Amino acid sequence: MKEFTCIICPRGCRLSVDDNMNVTGNFCPRGKQYAVSELTNPVRTITSSVRVNNREDLLVSVKTSGSIPKGKIFEVMEEINKLSVSAPTRIGDVVASNILGLGVDILITKNID
Amino acid sequence: MRTIDLLIIGGGSAGMAAAIQAKKEGIDDILIVERDENLGGILNQCIHNGFGLTEFKEELTGPEYLSRFVKQVEELKIPYMTNSMVIDMTKDKIVTISNKDKGVEIVQAKAIVMATGCYERGAGAIQIPGDRCAGIITAGTAQKYLNIHGYLCGKRIVILGSGDIGLIMARRLTLEGAKVICVSEIMPYSNGLNRNIAQCLNDYNIPLYLSRSVSKVIGKDRLEKVILSAVDEKMQFIPGTEMEIECDTLILSVGLIPYISLLDNIDCPASSTKGAKVNEHMETMIPGIFSCGNCLHVHDVVDFVTDEGRLAGHGAAMYLKGKLARGNKIVVTPKDGISYVVPQEINRDNQEDVTFKFRVRTPVKDVWLIIESNGQQVAKIMKPVLIPSEMVMVKLSKDKLDLIKDEVTLRLEAR
Amino acid sequence: MEKFDVLIIGAGVTGAMIARNLSKYDLKVALLDKENDVGNLTSNANSAIVHSGYDPVPGTNKAKFNVAGNAMFDKICEELDVHFERVGSLTVALYDEQIPVLKELAERSKQNNVPVEILSAEEVKKMEPNINPCVKGALFAPTAGIVDVFNFVCHAVENAVDNGVKLFLNEEVKSIVKEGDYYKVVTQKEEFFTKIVINAAGAFADRIASMVEPIDWKITPRKGEYFVLDHYKAGLVNHTIFPLPSEKGKGILVTMTTSGNYLVGPSSELDDDPNDVTTDPPTLRNIRAQATEMVPSIPFNQVIRVFAGTRPTCTRHDFVIEYAKSDKNFINVGGIESPGFVSSPAIGEYVVERLVRPLIELKEKKDYNPCVRKYHRLYNAMVEQDYKFVNEHENYGQIICNCEKVTLGEILDVLSRSVPPHSVKALKRRTRAGFGKCQGGFCQPRVVLILAKYYGVSPMEISYDGEFSKILLEKIKGGR
Repeated sequence: MKEFTCIICPRGCRLSVDDNMNVTGNFCPRGKQYAVSELTNPVRTITSSVRVNNREDLLVSVKTSGSIPKGKIFEVMEEINKLSVSAPTRIGDVVASNILGLGVDILITKNID
Repeated sequence: MRTIDLLIIGGGSAGMAAAIQAKKEGIDDILIVERDENLGGILNQCIHNGFGLTEFKEELTGPEYLSRFVKQVEELKIPYMTNSMVIDMTKDKIVTISNKDKGVEIVQAKAIVMATGCYERGAGAIQIPGDRCAGIITAGTAQKYLNIHGYLCGKRIVILGSGDIGLIMARRLTLEGAKVICVSEIMPYSNGLNRNIAQCLNDYNIPLYLSRSVSKVIGKDRLEKVILSAVDEKMQFIPGTEMEIECDTLILSVGLIPYISLLDNIDCPASSTKGAKVNEHMETMIPGIFSCGNCLHVHDVVDFVTDEGRLAGHGAAMYLKGKLARGNKIVVTPKDGISYVVPQEINRDNQEDVTFKFRVRTPVKDVWLIIESNGQQVAKIMKPVLIPSEMVMVKLSKDKLDLIKDEVTLRLEAR
Repeated sequence: MEKFDVLIIGAGVTGAMIARNLSKYDLKVALLDKENDVGNLTSNANSAIVHSGYDPVPGTNKAKFNVAGNAMFDKICEELDVHFERVGSLTVALYDEQIPVLKELAERSKQNNVPVEILSAEEVKKMEPNINPCVKGALFAPTAGIVDVFNFVCHAVENAVDNGVKLFLNEEVKSIVKEGDYYKVVTQKEEFFTKIVINAAGAFADRIASMVEPIDWKITPRKGEYFVLDHYKAGLVNHTIFPLPSEKGKGILVTMTTSGNYLVGPSSELDDDPNDVTTDPPTLRNIRAQATEMVPSIPFNQVIRVFAGTRPTCTRHDFVIEYAKSDKNFINVGGIESPGFVSSPAIGEYVVERLVRPLIELKEKKDYNPCVRKYHRLYNAMVEQDYKFVNEHENYGQIICNCEKVTLGEILDVLSRSVPPHSVKALKRRTRAGFGKCQGGFCQPRVVLILAKYYGVSPMEISYDGEFSKILLEKIKGGR
């Protein structure tokens, strides 16, 4: 039996999973999915930022286009830290594709004119 | 002096929602005054995700969430001024606006929506014992340095307060290369959302110490160490429980307070939320001045801020059209276990459903929420878990409202 | 090697006033301070009161300079463009047995030549509606005032520098030796040669004095802790409210400040370390208890800051303003604790006219200008409802500090002055940016970037206070 908090929405349900992968404590079906994923292959979406070359002391925010394995978070951060862009930026612009071969891209999340 | 039908002070989530709603209800002469370079308010620096689950049924980052409202403001051609701040306001709605390029302009507004957000309590407000050195900084300020400008305020960090900003910053600082040694919380429970404890602290093995606070900060020029001590039920430090932690930075996440200097200056009555006292249309006790978002009461989810902004925008539109319900006032009072309720008043002649928003004082399990009026029960709702960090909303339909006489009370009762 | 006629150690209010008085004359004057800004220690952390002079023992230096200094404030503050108001002080008696003490104080005031009046309980309650209703009477001193202590010192030094005084900051004096007709003053950085040394080193004056000869006085620092309340409501008190004085000082007062904030304090604790400005909960609780005895409704939930300052209390219990025993060219101005701030203009004048004049020829400068450049603020324009200057000048509409409504124009103005701020704290002291309810939460990042840009350095180089109090520790994402 494992217990943890669901991070899918602000409700933060307390989930319990037994040895047969039966999930209880979830308010919605997404909680069940999350619990199974957390026990088999925990993943996270990462948000961060990259430097804007043509602006003084300014970053633009980015995110991974999908979830990445939890164990790869710091490696992905290292890759993000190497990136930079030039303004203007638009939400959804791809800064880097298929990062570390994980099948996710790094996307801009902020419009800077 | 030019006149403006609806002046919206603050172009963050609440202000933009209010403007959009009023515009949709036919108010055309609107002006949003925003002090920053861009619309969006504090969400500009909240680059993490988790916004929009209620509003858009998807998970967005702060800048993505706000961009959807900026787009609507642009599409609806709602006028706005950035780099502009309202520096003075009278009860008669004469408003002084200072703008970066144009200097000072005085305008007459017919209605005003206050959407000025909140500010963070700092080291002075909580009177942290010890030195006043560099390296003590509020979480939001550290967030701005880090997410907007690209600077770490420290490398070895202790976070005081487990509110959501503190938790979010613990993860952010860790990802961006700092060592977060621990989060310390004076209360016996966290003031943040459970999901944030899970994904911001547990994911990165950052310890959370409950019932523990900073009993001394030590540092001549820059912070050198903090002493964390356990506290008793009366929040007094317990001698002999000191933990000495070497660190260069103490980040404070010890509470947000509605930023309402403009209303204080005109003696607009406040409520226990430290924001203005309002009725069901988010109208303050000064007719035609509305308030919403974090300057009314501090929210934990931006989607609810947006919702409240719309309510205020709707109220302002009704007011401008002369259709706002008036009549006898029903006083709303929080009791037993409830720290505050918004709104604090309802107009008797109101024809719409009313949503009560409230928080509990301490975490409770298996309780009844009882709404009663003049000793008579109006509603009784089962609540399995309620915690202070999560705002609760209860909608009361028009037919239930008709059961209410001249006062209504919300209280908790054990099951 | 530039040689000086007079070198002043310490750019607090005393050193500032001496420097300003010397700047009237054709002399080479150096003003040294170990801090990175003028007025950074005792002059920065006090009650910001211009005492009337009812309290000091008649015949003492304290009594003499307090009363003389008080009378000089109107003119000096006009010249230095510093906010000063004679709000008057009330020393309140809460018990019947204290009434005779009020009478003694009134008698002392008469000897000190200070106009005072004993008020009845009813009169006090009328003037101060929030006073403890048990009040029995009060001593009213109408000449007492409040002053912007920060800009008083900054503008005094600015004025002195504008008139030719050379200011050296971050210079901590390590030794002083006489070499022929000159003193060699050695700091951690360099050597200065000067005919005359004036020691105005505040809490460190005894250490400096001991560098040239054994002395029979000592500074025994007393720490004073304070609460600062936000300025959102006027009228909590309308005057400076004192309890009856004790041997430890004038006691815990409640006062408004020129910025509309309220100050509650100070405590008075002996402290061996003049650098100790920590605050602690028991002391603050005690201040709170004593202050609420006088004004029960003080809203302590409006506290935005607590701070502590060091008073350079002297074992002589009076100001030391005299030549060194072994050499007249070394002048000690020590033990300038309360009422030091109000006394400073009179001390400055006395030191120059009575102690320096016999040592060296004082030739008046033809182009001496007693005034500093006018300081324009959006906040003042708002109070006066006159936006002409603001609208005609760039950057005065761009607000940097939301709480105190400080604009970029004001910040650039102080940066362009002859004693510019280098740290966040120094800028805050001059402009009030970061002084409000959010205590810099919103404006500090803006202020740091403005300072960095102005001085052409990385934001990493910007300090909160001294050079080791950097605010940012690492630039991330491809920066250095």
